[in-house]
Amino acid sequence: MAKLQAAATAKIEEICARYKDEKTPLMMILSDIQNEYGYIPLEVQEVVSKQTGIPVAEIYGVVTFYSFFSLTPKGKYVIGCCLGTACYVKGAGQVIDKFSEILHIQPGQTTEDGLFTLDALRCIGACGIAPAVSINGKVFPKVATAQVADIIEQYRNAEKEGQEV
Amino acid sequence: MSKINIKIEGIAYQVEEGMTILEAAKACGYEIPSLCAFNHGECNAGSCRVCLVEATGARGLVASCVYPVAEGMEIRISSPKAVEARRASVELLLSNHNKNCQQCDKNGQCELLHVASLTGARDNAFEGAHSETHLDYVAPGLVRDTSKCILCGRCVARCQNAQGIGILGFENRGFETFISPAGDRSFADSPCIQCGQCVNVCPTGALMEHSEIDRVDEAFKAGKHVIVQAAPAVRAALGEEFGYPVGTPVTGKMIAALRRLGFERVYDVNFGADLTIMEEGTELLGRLKNGGVLPMITSCSPGWVNYAEYNYGDLLPHLSSCKSPHQMQGAIIKSYWASQHGIDPKDIFVVSVMPCVAKKFEKEREQEKVNGIPDVDAVITTRELARMIKRSGILFNRLPDEEWDEDIMGDYTGAGVIFGVTGGVMEAALRTVYHVLTGKEHEKIVFEEVRGHEGGIREASIDINGTVINVAIASGMRSAKVLLDDIREGKSKYHFIEIMGCPGGCINGGGQPYIRSCFLPNESDDIMDTYKEKRAKALYSEDERQVLRQSHNNPQIKELYDKFLGEPNSHKAHELLHTSYAEREGFNEIK
Repeated sequence: MAKLQAAATAKIEEICARYKDEKTPLMMILSDIQNEYGYIPLEVQEVVSKQTGIPVAEIYGVVTFYSFFSLTPKGKYVIGCCLGTACYVKGAGQVIDKFSEILHIQPGQTTEDGLFTLDALRCIGACGIAPAVSINGKVFPKVATAQVADIIEQYRNAEKEGQEV
Repeated sequence: MSKINIKIEGIAYQVEEGMTILEAAKACGYEIPSLCAFNHGECNAGSCRVCLVEATGARGLVASCVYPVAEGMEIRISSPKAVEARRASVELLLSNHNKNCQQCDKNGQCELLHVASLTGARDNAFEGAHSETHLDYVAPGLVRDTSKCILCGRCVARCQNAQGIGILGFENRGFETFISPAGDRSFADSPCIQCGQCVNVCPTGALMEHSEIDRVDEAFKAGKHVIVQAAPAVRAALGEEFGYPVGTPVTGKMIAALRRLGFERVYDVNFGADLTIMEEGTELLGRLKNGGVLPMITSCSPGWVNYAEYNYGDLLPHLSSCKSPHQMQGAIIKSYWASQHGIDPKDIFVVSVMPCVAKKFEKEREQEKVNGIPDVDAVITTRELARMIKRSGILFNRLPDEEWDEDIMGDYTGAGVIFGVTGGVMEAALRTVYHVLTGKEHEKIVFEEVRGHEGGIREASIDINGTVINVAIASGMRSAKVLLDDIREGKSKYHFIEIMGCPGGCINGGGQPYIRSCFLPNESDDIMDTYKEKRAKALYSEDERQVLRQSHNNPQIKELYDKFLGEPNSHKAHELLHTSYAEREGFNEIK
């Protein structure tokens, strides 16, 4: 297995140490690692396993169970299309297809330039503004397929100009 | 625990408070069909929904394996609603199951098929998509086929409980869930020790040994000199496959069956066990005398050796350099036996019958070859041997009792027999060490303090003529870890430690017949708790029947040293009978 750099290992150990008194620390540790690095590969899970005594297979199970966690690096902007029931009946299926078509990636994948990741989400609790799309925490309400190209363009332009959206 | 009142099918019973409905019903004489519930709650996920019953006070039907009884509860197992629900649960499991039962080695001992028949599940009651299949036929010891998996989680629980390593886990979610080593890797690419405990608990054919019956068939076809050797623990359990009560030794019939299967020679691995004691005992005394690395740890169990190589690379010098008995005996067959009979070792094919699936891995190790020739060519489990006997039409129960071949090797002592149970190698070694240190035999012969049949740790201090030897015994890696961590921290007070991979030792190995009350109707209800003890007794009783009970008194072992090896730990002995270990990475890089 590819070895982590010492600094990365130390950082993960530090994250694990934060929750050493918790009864069930795994979710908190994984959340922090996901936020810190954007993904949780097997090498990192091995370090967490060593620190917590939780088997790697169990950690891997948790990482693959929750869509919030990722095994591979995510793009700079994570586009989450809600496919919950309300959004779905309001046409979220077509919206995510449109993102797919323009970005040339399937849900769960990241564009080659590392800018966008497309995720299909379960209900995010924003049924009143269905169909909802969330990009790095910013929520776009009542998204129509016709708007999709504009949204993507907005982020691409911001990136070109070195600005944050 | 206080008693509470319940009713089952309208009949009043008193049961222990806190029991699940499944346990309470069993205590009252009802076996509710169930799948995922296993071994007193070792696995109790409530996931398979096969054990549904009606119970007052509950909303709808309840899974009896997880729902506790309550005062005044009225339980209906055979109400139409419960009967139909259980049937539907099984039909749903079958709708996502690979039903190629005629090709499945689990056929006849498949619990899914059993509950399907009990509940009257109809063929293709629910049709629909199938989950993606994940196959692993890479590891020499065991195979995984998720098309047969019902996601009960027994294997996940057993790996964690017995070995404390948790190789298997659930991956993904919903319809895409499957059970696997992390990252859908092969067992071979993960720190799995290939002990096969997961195979022993799998209710279906999802986890099986990697069968080598085909290899044996090929060897016969190629006209090789096919020689078979059977490990001690096999005789203590093989009878179960043919309806004998658990714990019936079937040594004589097994030998007769092996002969009828066409093997040219039928040897007992006990000869190899006696040889191991000569080598290992000498190694221990050498280490004690010359300030060698202590504690010395036994190396007979390949599951344990795998565990050490993955997790305790720094402690490998503690392992005895001795090969395991069947590898030693294989090496002797292909050298001494071959030269005495004028046969080219390349034309000899050695088959080991083992209670173990890790032995399948062990025989493939580069360190288990002499001049490029493997000591052992195929390893079949006790279960595979039963399959070979059954397909040949041999009526096992009608076979005469026959004797092992003992031409120039094969004679054995009681010390070899007890290798099959936790503490046995230790006891056998002590019998010989006692003789070396005192010049006479230990009067009582047996060392009661090291005996047992369960997992866990035992320890003893043996005073031999003023030399005190502190020993410890562990089986199952969860227990072994405690002793190993002590060594690592410099706190270990022991001179000699016996470690076996499976809890209870080889009698409970990953290649032994399945213990399921539903397929053993004549056994008492507590067979899950007593089978290890019963199998252990079968071995201890064979030891007692032997005239010779110390390895150093085996006349053919003496002859082997006189004529061929010289003395224990000689140069020749090292070349043939000793091996080496190397640290291994658990999750290796996959190209």
